[in-house]
Amino acid sequence: MKSIFDYIAGIFKGVWSLLKGMTITGKYFIRLDKIVTQKYPENRKKLKMYDRFKGELIMPHDANNFHKCNGCGICEMNCPNGSIEVISDKIITSEGKSKRIIGTHIYHLSMCTFCGLCVKSCPSNALAFSQEFEHAVFDRNKLTKVLNNPGSSLVKDLAE
Amino acid sequence: MGYQKYDLAPLTHSIDQFLYSHLSSTWAFLAEMTLIGVVFLIFYAVIGLYLVLAERKVCAFMQNRIGPNRVGWFGVIQTIADLFKLLLKELITIRKADKLLFNIAPFIVIIASFLGIAAIPFAMGLHAIDFNIGIFYIMAVSSVGVVGILIAGWSSNNKYSLIGAMRSGAQIVSYELSVGLSLLVIVIYSGTLQLSTLVESQADAWWIIKGHIPAILAFFVFVTAGTAETNRGPFDLAEAESELTAGFHTEYSGIKFAFFFLAEYMNMFLVASVAATVFLGGWMPLHIPGMEGFNNAMDFIPPIVWYFGKTAFVIFLMMWIKWTFPRLRIDQLLNLEWKYLLPINLVNIVVVALIVLMGWYIK
Ligand code: SF4
Ligand code: SF4
Repeated sequence: MKSIFDYIAGIFKGVWSLLKGMTITGKYFIRLDKIVTQKYPENRKKLKMYDRFKGELIMPHDANNFHKCNGCGICEMNCPNGSIEVISDKIITSEGKSKRIIGTHIYHLSMCTFCGLCVKSCPSNALAFSQEFEHAVFDRNKLTKVLNNPGSSLVKDLAE
Repeated sequence: MGYQKYDLAPLTHSIDQFLYSHLSSTWAFLAEMTLIGVVFLIFYAVIGLYLVLAERKVCAFMQNRIGPNRVGWFGVIQTIADLFKLLLKELITIRKADKLLFNIAPFIVIIASFLGIAAIPFAMGLHAIDFNIGIFYIMAVSSVGVVGILIAGWSSNNKYSLIGAMRSGAQIVSYELSVGLSLLVIVIYSGTLQLSTLVESQADAWWIIKGHIPAILAFFVFVTAGTAETNRGPFDLAEAESELTAGFHTEYSGIKFAFFFLAEYMNMFLVASVAATVFLGGWMPLHIPGMEGFNNAMDFIPPIVWYFGKTAFVIFLMMWIKWTFPRLRIDQLLNLEWKYLLPINLVNIVVVALIVLMGWYIK
């Protein structure tokens, strides 16, 4: 007898839980104001990407053209695709010591999978992702970028 | 009754008489056949394409998206563009496939659904063939489609296809029972298998209202089993794209794939229109016994609008189900049928027999 009750109760429970699911999708169906799709080319002007969006790799520079990269090459070692090439340089500091600085930080956008390992692993937090995502170009050489601005230098060097 | 002013029978009869008076009887017969065939072909294509669009839109809205909105206003010609794309694609023949069976399988599937549509009463007097065993006929021809699916899976010479086809076989064979039994409920109520009489019998009120609890139960069982019959989600084990790539039509490309695709949507239309005709009164306007003014007002809406409205409602219900629930496993699927739907149905039939015997329904 108990099994019969269980059977019938099971049916009602099942139907109830199915109805619950259907109310949720039903609510979504009528809530047209909640649509998350962006109509992209039309809203290009006011399109706002999210902070966590990984557009392309950049090296942020402040107003005085300073960045934080010291040319250690850790990002290059961590990149699974070999899309970063760090060419470091040497300078002689005021105290007469030889010091490594970044020469050119080359980034191959065409090989990057936007995994973010470089940004995570950089000990000086010198790298970041921009929100730029319109990468299409007619010449693939344009996808090879130099991240440190010409004439820029390390923040710390200023202090010395 | 007021709805009779929209009777389309005089129109169809005048076309019939026109043909017979201008042609010899054999030619007139052939011309009539061709005419009906062409009309149904166009209807089939248009409905099929727009159901695909409707599905994509409904699915999108349920997931807080917009859906197709680029080709034409609101995406209205998106699926037509898709069809052209499919028409231009290469038909790849698999080297070790059984060529003959591989090529006829899509036709079997599409012809089965095409045959079913022929017996549907669309409006008063708009009815291609009015069999006295209409419901039985529709069930019989629509289940031929599974043969096409089995052949498609078998002849593709591909394990995924074969598994998909086998699942679909098991599924359709079991759910056919529920479909039949739930329709039987209304057949017992109305005492007829003929679709036109069935619709006429709902002139006072629809069977889902007149037949109260058993009819409502049968309606939901029918919609569930019908969704399973058409291999639609959450019962789409035959395709199960996450496990079997595309199941029985993995190896099909171009227009042959489009045939399977269209047939799926037409089967959905067929199930929805049978549900609308049998449970919701087909083209019969909403009539409430004893409310003359209301009934007369309802009669002003033409039957064809009623028919398509009800069908659209059932189709929406099926899409709602599809886009809400996750796919069942094969054992869950068979459990649902054999342990739940079938016993419920059998009890329901006995109850209905009793109710009809005692006259406990709205006559
Ligand atoms: S970006 Fe960071 S990890 Fe890469 S070289 Fe510069 S400091 Fe080192
Ligand atoms: S995001 Fe990943 S792939 Fe791209 S440059 Fe950084 S480490 Fe390399």
